[in-house]
Amino acid sequence: MVSKIDNAFSFQQQALGLRAYRQQVLADNIANADTPNFKARDVDFASALKDAVGARNGASLPLATTAARHLPGVAAAGPAPLLYRGLAQASVDGNSVDMDLERAQFADNALRYEAGLTFLSGRIKTLTAAIQG
Amino acid sequence: MSLFNVFNIAGSALTAQGTRLNTVASNLANADSVAGPDGKPYRAKQVVFEALLANGQPGQGVRVRQVIEDSSPGRLVYDPRSPAADDKGYVMMPNVSVVDEMVNMISASRSYQTNADVMNTAKQLLMKTLTLGQ
Repeated sequence: MVSKIDNAFSFQQQALGLRAYRQQVLADNIANADTPNFKARDVDFASALKDAVGARNGASLPLATTAARHLPGVAAAGPAPLLYRGLAQASVDGNSVDMDLERAQFADNALRYEAGLTFLSGRIKTLTAAIQG
Repeated sequence: MSLFNVFNIAGSALTAQGTRLNTVASNLANADSVAGPDGKPYRAKQVVFEALLANGQPGQGVRVRQVIEDSSPGRLVYDPRSPAADDKGYVMMPNVSVVDEMVNMISASRSYQTNADVMNTAKQLLMKTLTLGQ
């Protein structure tokens, strides 16, 4: 039963974790907007989420079990790979941070994080209603 | 928790931009200082930023690697009455470019504002997260 509740939350949990991680990467880009030779980085959210959910379902690295009574286990996905952002406009000091883009992505990511929180809240409310009747 | 790291990252940027604003203030205040403690004209100072990077992980913000002295020559002003004038009547003034410093100041204060905004957003997200499920 507990694992069922865990399963009900796991997707949104993975998504929120990734959103928070991406928020950190974007904050780092904004912090280094004036650093020479700094290259802006970002996470490919869709594929990172697919990896994280896939790892949880045992698609990538399942624990080898040699007896029927061994407990199954799966390795958690590693941190999402960081990719370099394509350059829209070159700058003289070798910095590839586009402030408008970073600000927009930062606001977008924050909004989606809040959306994820709302979905998770809704799911918690649904389960609470089911438990309490 | 990644969102707490946002505070460290934006905080490091606030410190770095604050240092940059400090050097701008120092340069502007000394734009006409013909003699410092060593008897030579003031030289403009500039900060050098450096990204704090860890391999394969998101960066940890930015820091000021060093404060360098601008090596460009100072401007010569003809003022034979000044005590600092040489035998031809010229005074060596500091190499501070006031226009450059004003541009630097605007850029630094905008960056400071942006990073303060980033901190605010992270705080809002954390507060929302704390009320999850209530």
